[in-house]
Amino acid sequence: MNSLLGLFRRELALAWGGGGGPLLACGFMLCFAAMLPLAIGGDPVALAPMASGAAWVALAVASLLSLERLFERDLEDGSLDILALGPVPLEAVVVVKALAQWLANGVPLAVMAPLVALALGQDAGLVGMTGLTALIGGLGFAFTGALAATLALGAKRGGVLIAVIVLPLFIPPVVFGAGGLARAANDQPVGPAVALLGAYVLFALVIAPFAGAAAIRNAQS
Amino acid sequence: MLDGLKITDLTLSRGDRCLIDGLSVDLSAGQAQALSGANGAGKSSLLRAIAGFIRPNGGQIAFLSGAELLDADEVRRTHLHLTGHLEGLKATRTARQELMFQCRFLKGSEEAMQAAVERLHLEPLLDLETRRLSAGQKRRLSMARLVSAPRALWLLDEPLAPLDSQWRERIGHLMQDHLARGGMMIAAVHDPLPFDARSLDLGGRA
Repeated sequence: MNSLLGLFRRELALAWGGGGGPLLACGFMLCFAAMLPLAIGGDPVALAPMASGAAWVALAVASLLSLERLFERDLEDGSLDILALGPVPLEAVVVVKALAQWLANGVPLAVMAPLVALALGQDAGLVGMTGLTALIGGLGFAFTGALAATLALGAKRGGVLIAVIVLPLFIPPVVFGAGGLARAANDQPVGPAVALLGAYVLFALVIAPFAGAAAIRNAQS
Repeated sequence: MLDGLKITDLTLSRGDRCLIDGLSVDLSAGQAQALSGANGAGKSSLLRAIAGFIRPNGGQIAFLSGAELLDADEVRRTHLHLTGHLEGLKATRTARQELMFQCRFLKGSEEAMQAAVERLHLEPLLDLETRRLSAGQKRRLSMARLVSAPRALWLLDEPLAPLDSQWRERIGHLMQDHLARGGMMIAAVHDPLPFDARSLDLGGRA
Protein backbone atom coordinates (compact mmCIF):
# COMPACT_ATOMS: atom_id res chain seq x y z
CA MET A 1 0.00 0.00 0.00
CA ASN A 2 2.87 2.31 0.89
CA SER A 3 4.38 1.64 -2.52
CA LEU A 4 1.20 2.72 -4.30
CA LEU A 5 0.75 5.77 -2.09
CA GLY A 6 4.30 6.87 -2.88
CA LEU A 7 3.69 6.35 -6.59
CA PHE A 8 0.41 8.27 -6.41
CA ARG A 9 2.10 11.27 -4.79
CA ARG A 10 4.89 11.25 -7.34
CA GLU A 11 2.44 10.96 -10.23
CA LEU A 12 0.34 13.77 -8.85
CA ALA A 13 3.40 16.00 -8.50
CA LEU A 14 4.48 15.22 -12.05
CA ALA A 15 0.99 15.70 -13.52
CA TRP A 16 0.46 18.91 -11.56
CA GLY A 17 3.83 20.46 -12.23
CA GLY A 18 5.19 18.96 -15.43
CA GLY A 19 4.70 20.84 -18.68
CA GLY A 20 2.10 23.31 -17.45
CA GLY A 21 -0.03 20.68 -15.75
CA PRO A 22 -3.77 21.33 -15.57
CA LEU A 23 -3.32 24.98 -16.60
CA LEU A 24 -2.50 23.83 -20.09
CA ALA A 25 -5.61 21.67 -20.42
CA CYS A 26 -7.85 24.35 -18.90
CA GLY A 27 -6.37 27.04 -21.13
CA PHE A 28 -6.93 24.82 -24.13
CA MET A 29 -10.55 24.32 -23.14
CA LEU A 30 -11.08 28.08 -22.78
CA CYS A 31 -9.55 28.76 -26.21
CA PHE A 32 -11.81 26.12 -27.72
CA ALA A 33 -14.86 27.73 -26.14
CA ALA A 34 -13.79 31.20 -27.23
CA MET A 35 -13.36 30.08 -30.83
CA LEU A 36 -16.85 28.63 -31.15
CA PRO A 37 -18.86 31.89 -31.14
CA LEU A 38 -16.23 33.44 -33.42
CA ALA A 39 -16.73 30.62 -35.91
CA ILE A 40 -20.49 30.27 -35.85
CA GLY A 41 -21.60 33.73 -34.74
CA GLY A 42 -22.39 35.19 -31.35
CA ASP A 43 -26.19 34.86 -31.54
CA PRO A 44 -27.27 33.45 -28.14
CA VAL A 45 -30.28 31.74 -29.74
CA ALA A 46 -27.96 29.69 -31.97
CA LEU A 47 -25.29 29.09 -29.31
CA ALA A 48 -27.34 28.17 -26.26
CA PRO A 49 -28.70 24.84 -27.56
CA MET A 50 -25.21 23.60 -28.38
CA ALA A 51 -23.52 24.87 -25.19
CA SER A 52 -23.66 21.54 -23.32
CA GLY A 53 -22.47 19.56 -26.32
CA ALA A 54 -19.64 22.02 -27.01
CA ALA A 55 -18.50 21.81 -23.39
CA TRP A 56 -18.38 18.02 -23.64
CA VAL A 57 -16.41 18.04 -26.89
CA ALA A 58 -13.99 20.53 -25.35
CA LEU A 59 -13.67 18.30 -22.30
CA ALA A 60 -12.90 15.24 -24.43
CA VAL A 61 -10.28 16.98 -26.54
CA ALA A 62 -8.64 18.74 -23.58
CA SER A 63 -8.40 15.38 -21.79
CA LEU A 64 -6.12 14.17 -24.57
CA LEU A 65 -3.40 16.71 -24.03
CA SER A 66 -1.29 15.22 -21.29
CA LEU A 67 -1.74 11.56 -22.16
CA GLU A 68 1.56 11.27 -23.99
CA ARG A 69 3.39 12.17 -20.79
CA LEU A 70 1.60 9.48 -18.83
CA PHE A 71 3.63 6.40 -19.87
CA GLU A 72 5.93 7.41 -22.72
CA ARG A 73 8.20 9.52 -20.46
CA ASP A 74 8.49 6.59 -18.05
CA LEU A 75 9.57 4.32 -20.87
CA GLU A 76 12.08 6.88 -22.17
CA ASP A 77 13.73 7.60 -18.83
CA GLY A 78 13.71 4.02 -17.49
CA SER A 79 11.18 4.60 -14.69
CA LEU A 80 8.88 2.00 -16.20
CA ASP A 81 11.49 -0.72 -15.59
CA ILE A 82 11.67 0.21 -11.91
CA LEU A 83 7.87 0.27 -11.67
CA ALA A 84 7.68 -3.17 -13.32
CA LEU A 85 10.21 -4.63 -10.86
CA GLY A 86 8.40 -3.17 -7.85
CA PRO A 87 6.39 -5.17 -5.34
CA VAL A 88 3.01 -4.19 -6.82
CA PRO A 89 1.50 -5.60 -10.02
CA LEU A 90 1.64 -3.45 -13.15
CA GLU A 91 -2.16 -3.40 -13.23
CA ALA A 92 -2.13 -1.46 -9.95
CA VAL A 93 0.49 0.91 -11.38
CA VAL A 94 -1.85 1.67 -14.29
CA VAL A 95 -4.76 2.33 -11.90
CA VAL A 96 -2.69 4.66 -9.73
CA LYS A 97 -1.36 6.61 -12.72
CA ALA A 98 -4.85 6.96 -14.25
CA LEU A 99 -6.31 8.12 -10.92
CA ALA A 100 -3.56 10.73 -10.52
CA GLN A 101 -4.21 11.84 -14.10
CA TRP A 102 -7.90 12.25 -13.29
CA LEU A 103 -7.24 14.18 -10.10
CA ALA A 104 -4.67 16.52 -11.68
CA ASN A 105 -6.38 17.03 -15.05
CA GLY A 106 -9.91 15.60 -15.04
CA VAL A 107 -11.07 17.37 -11.91
CA PRO A 108 -9.87 20.86 -12.94
CA LEU A 109 -11.46 20.29 -16.35
CA ALA A 110 -14.71 19.20 -14.69
CA VAL A 111 -14.65 22.51 -12.81
CA MET A 112 -14.06 24.40 -16.05
CA ALA A 113 -16.74 22.57 -18.09
CA PRO A 114 -19.78 24.22 -16.47
CA LEU A 115 -18.12 27.63 -16.78
CA VAL A 116 -17.52 27.05 -20.49
CA ALA A 117 -21.09 25.83 -20.98
CA LEU A 118 -22.41 28.81 -19.03
CA ALA A 119 -20.35 31.24 -21.09
CA LEU A 120 -21.85 29.75 -24.25
CA GLY A 121 -25.36 30.38 -22.94
CA GLN A 122 -26.33 27.17 -21.15
CA ASP A 123 -29.21 27.44 -18.68
CA ALA A 124 -27.77 28.27 -15.24
CA GLY A 125 -29.83 25.51 -13.66
CA LEU A 126 -27.70 22.90 -15.42
CA VAL A 127 -24.38 23.97 -13.88
CA GLY A 128 -24.36 21.30 -11.18
CA MET A 129 -25.39 18.56 -13.58
CA THR A 130 -22.72 19.61 -16.10
CA GLY A 131 -19.99 19.53 -13.47
CA LEU A 132 -21.10 16.18 -12.10
CA THR A 133 -21.30 14.42 -15.47
CA ALA A 134 -17.95 15.95 -16.47
CA LEU A 135 -16.43 14.61 -13.26
CA ILE A 136 -17.74 11.10 -13.92
CA GLY A 137 -16.91 11.20 -17.63
CA GLY A 138 -13.45 12.56 -16.87
CA LEU A 139 -12.71 9.42 -14.84
CA GLY A 140 -13.60 7.35 -17.91
CA PHE A 141 -11.44 9.60 -20.10
CA ALA A 142 -8.50 9.12 -17.72
CA PHE A 143 -8.74 5.31 -17.84
CA THR A 144 -9.37 4.88 -21.57
CA GLY A 145 -6.73 7.55 -22.14
CA ALA A 146 -4.25 5.64 -20.00
CA LEU A 147 -4.99 2.49 -22.00
CA ALA A 148 -4.39 4.31 -25.28
CA ALA A 149 -1.17 5.78 -23.89
CA THR A 150 0.14 2.29 -23.11
CA LEU A 151 -0.87 1.00 -26.55
CA ALA A 152 1.09 3.81 -28.20
CA LEU A 153 4.24 3.13 -26.13
CA GLY A 154 7.40 3.13 -28.17
CA ALA A 155 5.69 4.37 -31.33
CA LYS A 156 7.18 7.31 -33.16
CA ARG A 157 4.94 10.38 -32.83
CA GLY A 158 3.04 8.55 -30.10
CA GLY A 159 0.98 11.63 -29.25
CA VAL A 160 -0.78 11.58 -32.62
CA LEU A 161 -1.29 7.84 -32.38
CA ILE A 162 -2.86 8.24 -28.93
CA ALA A 163 -5.33 10.77 -30.34
CA VAL A 164 -6.30 8.43 -33.16
CA ILE A 165 -6.77 5.49 -30.79
CA VAL A 166 -8.55 7.40 -28.10
CA LEU A 167 -10.96 9.76 -29.85
CA PRO A 168 -13.26 6.98 -31.11
CA LEU A 169 -13.28 5.55 -27.57
CA PHE A 170 -14.28 8.98 -26.24
CA ILE A 171 -17.43 9.09 -28.40
CA PRO A 172 -19.76 7.13 -26.08
CA PRO A 173 -19.21 9.29 -22.98
CA VAL A 174 -19.62 12.43 -25.08
CA VAL A 175 -22.91 11.08 -26.44
CA PHE A 176 -24.18 10.03 -23.01
CA GLY A 177 -22.91 13.10 -21.15
CA ALA A 178 -24.08 15.73 -23.62
CA GLY A 179 -27.27 13.73 -24.28
CA GLY A 180 -28.09 13.68 -20.58
CA LEU A 181 -27.65 17.45 -20.37
CA ALA A 182 -29.86 17.97 -23.44
CA ARG A 183 -32.59 15.88 -21.82
CA ALA A 184 -32.24 17.81 -18.58
CA ALA A 185 -32.64 21.06 -20.52
CA ASN A 186 -35.94 19.72 -21.91
CA ASP A 187 -37.15 18.54 -18.49
CA GLN A 188 -36.87 14.90 -19.51
CA PRO A 189 -35.48 12.22 -17.16
CA VAL A 190 -31.67 12.07 -17.20
CA GLY A 191 -31.36 8.75 -15.39
CA PRO A 192 -30.75 6.52 -18.44
CA ALA A 193 -28.05 8.77 -19.90
CA VAL A 194 -26.19 9.09 -16.60
CA ALA A 195 -26.51 5.34 -16.03
CA LEU A 196 -24.98 4.64 -19.44
CA LEU A 197 -22.19 7.12 -18.72
CA GLY A 198 -21.56 5.34 -15.43
CA ALA A 199 -21.55 1.97 -17.18
CA TYR A 200 -18.96 3.22 -19.67
CA VAL A 201 -16.76 4.46 -16.84
CA LEU A 202 -17.03 1.14 -14.99
CA PHE A 203 -16.14 -0.70 -18.18
CA ALA A 204 -13.06 1.50 -18.61
CA LEU A 205 -12.09 0.99 -14.95
CA VAL A 206 -12.14 -2.78 -15.44
CA ILE A 207 -10.54 -3.08 -18.87
CA ALA A 208 -7.84 -0.40 -18.78
CA PRO A 209 -5.65 -1.83 -15.97
CA PHE A 210 -5.38 -5.32 -17.48
CA ALA A 211 -5.06 -4.29 -21.11
CA GLY A 212 -2.73 -1.44 -20.14
CA ALA A 213 -0.43 -3.71 -18.13
CA ALA A 214 -0.27 -6.16 -21.04
CA ALA A 215 0.61 -3.33 -23.43
CA ILE A 216 3.38 -2.15 -21.09
CA ARG A 217 4.87 -5.66 -20.89
CA ASN A 218 4.82 -5.81 -24.66
CA ALA A 219 6.57 -2.44 -24.96
CA GLN A 220 9.27 -3.46 -22.48
CA SER A 221 10.21 -6.68 -24.26
CA MET B 1 15.38 -16.04 0.26
CA LEU B 2 16.90 -16.17 -3.20
CA ASP B 3 20.37 -17.75 -3.13
CA GLY B 4 20.83 -19.33 -6.52
CA LEU B 5 20.31 -18.67 -10.20
CA LYS B 6 20.51 -21.45 -12.75
CA ILE B 7 20.36 -20.61 -16.44
CA THR B 8 20.18 -23.71 -18.61
CA ASP B 9 20.63 -23.90 -22.37
CA LEU B 10 19.25 -20.40 -22.93
CA THR B 11 18.48 -19.22 -26.44
CA LEU B 12 17.66 -15.59 -27.04
CA SER B 13 16.96 -13.73 -30.25
CA ARG B 14 15.94 -10.21 -31.13
CA GLY B 15 13.97 -10.05 -34.35
CA ASP B 16 15.55 -12.53 -36.75
CA ARG B 17 18.96 -12.34 -35.12
CA CYS B 18 20.00 -15.08 -32.72
CA LEU B 19 22.00 -13.39 -29.93
CA ILE B 20 22.58 -16.17 -27.47
CA ASP B 21 22.49 -19.87 -28.25
CA GLY B 22 22.71 -22.58 -25.60
CA LEU B 23 24.04 -20.47 -22.73
CA SER B 24 24.27 -22.03 -19.26
CA VAL B 25 25.26 -20.10 -16.15
CA ASP B 26 25.16 -21.09 -12.49
CA LEU B 27 25.32 -18.50 -9.79
CA SER B 28 25.08 -19.00 -6.06
CA ALA B 29 25.13 -16.73 -3.03
CA GLY B 30 28.19 -14.52 -2.88
CA GLN B 31 29.14 -14.95 -6.52
CA ALA B 32 29.49 -12.38 -9.28
CA GLN B 33 29.43 -13.00 -13.01
CA ALA B 34 30.84 -10.49 -15.46
CA LEU B 35 29.50 -10.57 -19.01
CA SER B 36 31.71 -9.19 -21.73
CA GLY B 37 31.33 -9.06 -25.48
CA ALA B 38 31.07 -6.63 -28.35
CA ASN B 39 28.32 -4.02 -28.64
CA GLY B 40 25.17 -5.85 -29.65
CA ALA B 41 26.42 -9.24 -28.46
CA GLY B 42 23.36 -9.61 -26.24
CA LYS B 43 24.64 -8.57 -22.80
CA SER B 44 21.80 -6.17 -22.08
CA SER B 45 19.25 -8.54 -23.62
CA LEU B 46 20.43 -11.34 -21.35
CA LEU B 47 20.07 -9.10 -18.29
CA ARG B 48 16.59 -8.05 -19.42
CA ALA B 49 15.65 -11.69 -20.02
CA ILE B 50 16.69 -12.60 -16.47
CA ALA B 51 14.66 -9.63 -15.21
CA GLY B 52 11.66 -11.04 -17.07
CA PHE B 53 11.28 -8.35 -19.71
CA ILE B 54 12.29 -10.51 -22.67
CA ARG B 55 10.93 -14.00 -23.18
CA PRO B 56 13.70 -16.46 -24.14
CA ASN B 57 13.21 -18.57 -27.26
CA GLY B 58 14.38 -21.63 -25.41
CA GLY B 59 16.01 -22.87 -22.24
CA GLN B 60 15.30 -22.05 -18.63
CA ILE B 61 15.99 -19.36 -16.08
CA ALA B 62 15.45 -20.80 -12.62
CA PHE B 63 15.61 -18.88 -9.34
CA LEU B 64 16.48 -21.08 -6.39
CA SER B 65 16.28 -20.97 -2.63
CA GLY B 66 18.43 -23.90 -1.57
CA ALA B 67 17.06 -26.72 -3.69
CA GLU B 68 13.61 -25.17 -3.90
CA LEU B 69 12.47 -23.48 -7.11
CA LEU B 70 11.05 -20.00 -6.54
CA ASP B 71 8.22 -18.38 -8.49
CA ALA B 72 9.88 -16.21 -11.14
CA ASP B 73 7.30 -13.40 -10.99
CA GLU B 74 7.65 -13.21 -7.23
CA VAL B 75 11.44 -13.05 -7.52
CA ARG B 76 11.20 -10.25 -10.06
CA ARG B 77 8.93 -8.27 -7.79
CA THR B 78 10.96 -8.59 -4.62
CA HIS B 79 14.37 -10.18 -5.08
CA LEU B 80 16.19 -8.51 -7.95
CA HIS B 81 17.35 -5.09 -9.10
CA LEU B 82 18.12 -4.08 -12.67
CA THR B 83 20.08 -0.96 -13.55
CA GLY B 84 20.58 0.01 -17.15
CA HIS B 85 21.70 2.94 -19.23
CA LEU B 86 18.51 4.73 -18.23
CA GLU B 87 18.50 5.74 -14.60
CA GLY B 88 14.73 6.05 -14.11
CA LEU B 89 14.98 9.58 -12.71
CA LYS B 90 12.53 12.40 -13.39
CA ALA B 91 14.41 15.46 -14.64
CA THR B 92 12.34 18.03 -12.75
CA ARG B 93 12.39 16.30 -9.37
CA THR B 94 15.18 16.55 -6.84
CA ALA B 95 17.53 13.69 -6.11
CA ARG B 96 16.04 13.48 -2.61
CA GLN B 97 12.46 13.21 -3.93
CA GLU B 98 13.42 10.53 -6.41
CA LEU B 99 15.51 8.49 -3.98
CA MET B 100 12.79 8.67 -1.32
CA PHE B 101 10.17 7.61 -3.86
CA GLN B 102 12.24 4.68 -5.11
CA CYS B 103 13.11 3.58 -1.60
CA ARG B 104 9.48 3.71 -0.52
CA PHE B 105 8.13 2.11 -3.71
CA LEU B 106 10.60 -0.77 -3.48
CA LYS B 107 9.93 -1.22 0.24
CA GLY B 108 13.36 -0.15 1.41
CA SER B 109 14.03 1.31 4.85
CA GLU B 110 14.79 4.84 5.96
CA GLU B 111 17.98 3.67 7.73
CA ALA B 112 19.25 1.84 4.66
CA MET B 113 18.60 4.96 2.59
CA GLN B 114 20.53 7.13 5.05
CA ALA B 115 23.40 4.65 4.93
CA ALA B 116 23.32 4.72 1.12
CA VAL B 117 23.39 8.52 1.07
CA GLU B 118 26.45 8.57 3.33
CA ARG B 119 28.22 5.75 1.55
CA LEU B 120 27.73 7.29 -1.89
CA HIS B 121 28.38 10.88 -0.71
CA LEU B 122 25.01 12.03 -2.02
CA GLU B 123 24.21 14.60 0.68
CA PRO B 124 25.39 17.65 -1.34
CA LEU B 125 23.40 16.46 -4.38
CA LEU B 126 20.09 15.70 -2.69
CA ASP B 127 18.46 19.08 -3.22
CA LEU B 128 19.44 19.38 -6.87
CA GLU B 129 17.03 18.55 -9.67
CA THR B 130 18.22 15.34 -11.27
CA ARG B 131 18.70 17.05 -14.65
CA ARG B 132 21.53 19.06 -13.02
CA LEU B 133 23.43 15.88 -12.14
CA SER B 134 26.24 14.47 -14.24
CA ALA B 135 26.07 10.95 -15.65
CA GLY B 136 28.35 9.68 -12.89
CA GLN B 137 26.31 11.37 -10.16
CA LYS B 138 23.12 9.86 -11.57
CA ARG B 139 24.74 6.45 -11.52
CA ARG B 140 25.64 6.91 -7.85
CA LEU B 141 22.01 7.79 -7.19
CA SER B 142 20.94 4.59 -8.96
CA MET B 143 23.33 2.56 -6.83
CA ALA B 144 21.78 4.22 -3.76
CA ARG B 145 18.46 2.70 -4.82
CA LEU B 146 20.06 -0.76 -4.71
CA VAL B 147 21.44 -0.16 -1.23
CA SER B 148 18.25 1.47 0.11
CA ALA B 149 16.04 -1.47 -0.82
CA PRO B 150 18.29 -4.51 -0.43
CA ARG B 151 17.58 -7.35 -2.87
CA ALA B 152 19.62 -10.47 -3.41
CA LEU B 153 20.30 -10.34 -7.14
CA TRP B 154 21.79 -7.29 -8.86
CA LEU B 155 21.64 -7.15 -12.65
CA LEU B 156 23.87 -4.29 -13.70
CA ASP B 157 24.32 -3.02 -17.22
CA GLU B 158 27.73 -1.33 -17.48
CA PRO B 159 27.55 -0.12 -13.89
CA LEU B 160 30.95 1.56 -13.86
CA ALA B 161 30.93 3.16 -17.31
CA PRO B 162 30.09 6.77 -16.35
CA LEU B 163 32.19 6.80 -13.17
CA ASP B 164 35.65 8.24 -12.55
CA SER B 165 38.44 5.97 -11.30
CA GLN B 166 37.91 6.87 -7.65
CA TRP B 167 34.22 6.04 -7.78
CA ARG B 168 34.83 2.86 -9.79
CA GLU B 169 36.87 1.63 -6.90
CA ARG B 170 34.32 2.70 -4.29
CA ILE B 171 31.39 1.15 -6.16
CA GLY B 172 33.58 -1.95 -6.53
CA HIS B 173 33.80 -2.10 -2.72
CA LEU B 174 30.03 -1.65 -2.53
CA MET B 175 29.55 -4.62 -4.86
CA GLN B 176 31.97 -6.74 -2.82
CA ASP B 177 30.04 -5.90 0.36
CA HIS B 178 26.84 -6.99 -1.37
CA LEU B 179 28.46 -10.30 -2.32
CA ALA B 180 29.91 -10.74 1.16
CA ARG B 181 26.38 -10.50 2.58
CA GLY B 182 25.35 -13.41 0.36
CA GLY B 183 24.15 -11.33 -2.58
CA MET B 184 24.62 -12.21 -6.23
CA MET B 185 25.50 -10.04 -9.17
CA ILE B 186 25.61 -10.25 -12.94
CA ALA B 187 27.21 -7.28 -14.65
CA ALA B 188 27.59 -6.48 -18.32
CA VAL B 189 30.98 -4.81 -18.65
CA HIS B 190 33.48 -3.60 -21.20
CA ASP B 191 36.30 -3.16 -18.68
CA PRO B 192 36.94 -5.85 -16.06
CA LEU B 193 35.29 -5.42 -12.66
CA PRO B 194 37.64 -3.96 -10.02
CA PHE B 195 37.71 -7.28 -8.11
CA ASP B 196 38.03 -10.95 -8.94
CA ALA B 197 34.91 -12.26 -10.65
CA ARG B 198 34.10 -14.97 -13.14
CA SER B 199 33.87 -13.66 -16.63
CA LEU B 200 31.90 -14.89 -19.60
CA ASP B 201 32.50 -13.63 -23.11
CA LEU B 202 29.39 -13.50 -25.27
CA GLY B 203 31.55 -12.84 -28.30
CA GLY B 204 29.90 -10.98 -31.14
CA ARG B 205 33.16 -9.51 -32.43
CA ALA B 206 33.66 -9.47 -36.17
